[in-house]
Amino acid sequence: MKLVIRNGRIVDPKNGVDAVTDVSIDAGKVIAVGPIPAGFHADREVEASGLVVSPGLVDLSARLREPGFEYKATLESEMAAGVAGGITSLVCLPDTDPVLDEPGLVEMLKHRARNLHQARVYPLGALTRGLKGEWLTEMAELRDAGCIAFGQSDMPLPNTRVLMQAMQYASTFGFSVWLRPQDVHLADGGVAHDGEVATRLGLPPISVCAETVALSNIILMARATGARVHLCRVSSAEGTAMIRAARREGLPITCDVAVNHIHLSEMDIGYFDSNCHLVPPLRALSDREALRAGLRDGTIDAICSDHAPVDEDAKLLPFAEAEAGAVGLELLLPLTLKWATEMKIPLAAALAKITVEPARILGLDAGHLSAGALADLCIFDPDQYWTVEASELKSQGKNTPFLGMELKGRVKYTVVDGNIVHEG
Amino acid sequence: MSNNPQLNRNGQLQHLLTTEGLPAPILLNILDTAESFVGVTERDVKKVPLLRGKSIFNLFFEPSTRTRTTFEIAAKRLSADVVNLNIAASSQSKGETLLDTVNNLSAMHADMFVVRHAQSGAAHLIARHVRPEIHVINAGDGRHAHPTQGLLDVFTIRRYKPDFRSLRVAIVGDILHSRVARSQIHALTTLGVPEVRVIAPKTLLPTKVERLGVHVYHDMTKGLKDVDVLMMLRLQNERMFSARLPSTEEYFKYYGLTQEKLSLARQDAIVLHPGPMNRGVEIDSAVADGGQSVILPQVTFGIAVRMAVMSILAGN
Repeated sequence: MKLVIRNGRIVDPKNGVDAVTDVSIDAGKVIAVGPIPAGFHADREVEASGLVVSPGLVDLSARLREPGFEYKATLESEMAAGVAGGITSLVCLPDTDPVLDEPGLVEMLKHRARNLHQARVYPLGALTRGLKGEWLTEMAELRDAGCIAFGQSDMPLPNTRVLMQAMQYASTFGFSVWLRPQDVHLADGGVAHDGEVATRLGLPPISVCAETVALSNIILMARATGARVHLCRVSSAEGTAMIRAARREGLPITCDVAVNHIHLSEMDIGYFDSNCHLVPPLRALSDREALRAGLRDGTIDAICSDHAPVDEDAKLLPFAEAEAGAVGLELLLPLTLKWATEMKIPLAAALAKITVEPARILGLDAGHLSAGALADLCIFDPDQYWTVEASELKSQGKNTPFLGMELKGRVKYTVVDGNIVHEG
Repeated sequence: MSNNPQLNRNGQLQHLLTTEGLPAPILLNILDTAESFVGVTERDVKKVPLLRGKSIFNLFFEPSTRTRTTFEIAAKRLSADVVNLNIAASSQSKGETLLDTVNNLSAMHADMFVVRHAQSGAAHLIARHVRPEIHVINAGDGRHAHPTQGLLDVFTIRRYKPDFRSLRVAIVGDILHSRVARSQIHALTTLGVPEVRVIAPKTLLPTKVERLGVHVYHDMTKGLKDVDVLMMLRLQNERMFSARLPSTEEYFKYYGLTQEKLSLARQDAIVLHPGPMNRGVEIDSAVADGGQSVILPQVTFGIAVRMAVMSILAGN
């Protein structure tokens, strides 16, 4: 299909483009950004005046809940949510049932996702069998089956010897290891940041040390093994500072933050709002400020949705018993724009955090609009307000701390592989 | 943060979930009302018809004998019908959720729920989901709050030391895990007590506890100096096995209340304990049974305070 997008504000962070012009697309590729090539006859034209035309969003952390947790969400519902949020590539986590630790499972998931013709799905393979932290998975075979990297999701890896060997083995093949830094013992039983709010509400705490102690181990092992490490969902000011120092040293470390954590803090728990029961926990306001600053100065490369659909019953429980997580696929763009507005960050720099930067972490030729690039685009109205309501969300999960809030920025069209897969 | 979930549109008490955030006049009204019920509990006929025809459900998701019994007695002295449910042993083990249980009981036309649960926030959750005519009293949720205990403690203090504004109060022991301590602190600071101290080893104090408006001490000999009121906390046995303390003996030596340590406080200081006591762990028998102890009066006043809370809620 030949597609022309006319008069949009093209914002392509990688190529430094920010201009009102046209985009021509053919056979799944961007043909031209600028004047429509002579003799190009589009099958469809999209009028995009007043809209922003961005590379499709790349999300580093989405739980699609299949296989095994279809009562929380299905591939169909979450893939629809993804494109409704302008996401054209996403990493799904291995914490399914069964766990993504066998090539056959990965192939099946990729196949099923492909048949939905929506976002491109890049499974994160389990680093250890069953995510149990004991035995390595067949990483090379999993890579052949389609895994983009390897991690533990939110499952602990308490045995430092296994962690070190996993990093050595992964680096043998050049695979990157994705870890969310959290010491299993220090975090044991905790559900909220160890601060004033947890003290008032009597919620079992998780100290910042739970993050920094684990980070320290990971950084030391990254230095020793040379493994490429991606740190998932950093949550604290101290953690951000450690990562800044490690990167300054030249260690091959990248890092992301969950979109909820650049806006919310422990204060938002209010009177035990279980939608604010997140992993890692929402920390102090000073931590939130440090995450926002770390994102701006490049210590933190990317913002992820940390999408975690949870069924309603699992949230209608006392805070500690309620299942952790929030949906985010449809909020990633507006919440990133909100951060940019509040921090006075140019639109292109903000979009980089959800397009070209996560693509770079993944080693994908995506997240940009160069001629010849994959025709994955997100076309959005940067000025449209909308209210986050259960009925507005395509995701089967309606759990988000932003329910009832008005956000700015709405996806109008999502294009994957040159095809319009979502119209809002 | 949403509006105070404990108050109705007219600013009256709708539920009693925590002593935090309640205006002083509401706390004082509870104490004054309780004062009038002390007489009832001392009469020959210990019953008033204030809650006749009302159904009060004691929902205890966590075992308790003492608190449940005092709530039961309080409700019966107000002529209410009382149903006791020990839910830890029934529907929860069959997979029914907390809110399922509450909804089922609401359908039986309950007027009031008295709730105890092992998780912080359970009473808030129930209060948020019950029909608007139902009142919820938190009888202890996790580490969060035990407001009727906090209120009966300040009631007891007022009986012996009527002027809150001239008091120095020390709370001693496992502050970290204590819903009683949290409810005491908020009640005392709201009622204008100028100096509330907490005394404990660092492993039994929550982070930033000073933000609750208390002064932190780790040394009993310093912390007890010149105090008017000592509020001892129960040390639960399971804390011994969590690497927070090395032994009950060492704990008693440094944080147990003996006559010797008590002598550091003011001469007319009173000693409270929410019970049940671990004699020889957090308190020496000589102190518990001594002339400065008001531990038994606390129990008596507890019934009057719970009667007050129930009658005020039923009237709002």
